[in-house]
Amino acid sequence: MALDKNQIAKRIAQELQDGYYVNLGIGIPTLVANYVPEEIKVILQSENGMLGMGQFPTKETVDADLINAGKQTITYLPGASFFDSATSFAMIRGGHVDITILGAFEVSEQGDIASWKVPGRLIKGMGGAMDLVASAEHIVVAMQHSNKEGQSKLLKKCTLPLTGVKCVKRIVTDLAVLDVTDKGFKLLERAPGVTVEQIKAATEGTLIVEGDIPEIVL
Amino acid sequence: MNKTVKNATEAIQGMKNGMTMMFGGFGLCGIPENIILELSKTDIKDLTIISNNCGVDDFGLGLMLQRKQIRKMISSYVGENAEFERQMLSGELEVELVPQGTLAERIRAGGAGIPAFYVPAGYGTEVGIGKESREFNGKMHLLEHAFKADFAVVKAWKGDTAGNLIFKYTANNFNNMMAMAGKITIAEVEELVPAGELDPNFIHTPGIFVQRIFQGVDYIKRIEQLTLSK
Repeated sequence: MALDKNQIAKRIAQELQDGYYVNLGIGIPTLVANYVPEEIKVILQSENGMLGMGQFPTKETVDADLINAGKQTITYLPGASFFDSATSFAMIRGGHVDITILGAFEVSEQGDIASWKVPGRLIKGMGGAMDLVASAEHIVVAMQHSNKEGQSKLLKKCTLPLTGVKCVKRIVTDLAVLDVTDKGFKLLERAPGVTVEQIKAATEGTLIVEGDIPEIVL
Repeated sequence: MNKTVKNATEAIQGMKNGMTMMFGGFGLCGIPENIILELSKTDIKDLTIISNNCGVDDFGLGLMLQRKQIRKMISSYVGENAEFERQMLSGELEVELVPQGTLAERIRAGGAGIPAFYVPAGYGTEVGIGKESREFNGKMHLLEHAFKADFAVVKAWKGDTAGNLIFKYTANNFNNMMAMAGKITIAEVEELVPAGELDPNFIHTPGIFVQRIFQGVDYIKRIEQLTLSK
């Protein structure tokens, strides 16, 4: 069975370590916050200028001056701090954020990522995505293995306009966990019940399979 | 020194056609509502606006779009605005998209007297087309130039008559840097107090960067994505 969005988020949460400063993108990455293991503590950074992001507010605690990068109302946790956008991106560009988790339209076997623009569709802008992918030490992409038309999103070369080059380190999809290596996508884990052949068929880029591939444990 | 002006009408004196202006805010959070509303009642046009976003159809900078006062928009993200899309597709509105961190730093650099600097964001993408690039520590970077503005318009939570500003939560965002980068910086605040009343240990923007300040009225603070916990 392929993983659903929540299961992808749950698997990515296993990448987190105690004390990590974490930046979560919009979509599946946002769900990762729900699955942080109880025994560890991470601090969520929102690039519009906060560290220590909490849950969504209640009707009573909502404040228009307190939002996340997706412009949703939010709360803050004890130890939180607020700052301007230049300071926020100094944290990102300066390598102070330990892990960035974001979505993508396509990833290439060199680690290039396309995530912001589809020609012919409305262009909304890249927001902070280019800054994040260009500087984060550890970038994990959360996405479906194939698009809605059934075409692979793990490619030899991206076809859409790029967000960044040679930056993605790890990818978690509904079918598999893979690392980007010098020689291509290295298969690390497969979704329960999904075969290596199925993953191979769904991967357009070079897929490296070494030894037995364990199933993802959630 | 008293930098206080009476209201938004007095604050925008000197704004002219063709000027470059910065507007603080992220989405609709921390935008200078009073000045935007006031400016949208004037015939000042052909403006180049530097702002992370461009409001929504009927609020924020969207009001100035409706009146076709903006010639060029420099932003990182411009979704959620149908009139913006229409003007961009018809060619009435020129748009320059800049990665958010680069945008913030270009504004900061403008205020800090740094003409240009190198960043890795955008290298190898269409953002890098036509820009100088250079390798540092084994990684490629793009040369990015500073932004300055004829007017920078910012919104703060509290301010004093000396121009010192304090922001609330994430309503700081671009406001602090933009205050530095305006030839004339206008600050509208929710609460204006005499100099000496704000604790100088907790000032975000020192008064040297602010030329005009007033207490705004009727803040709506519209929420773009009201999200509540279940």
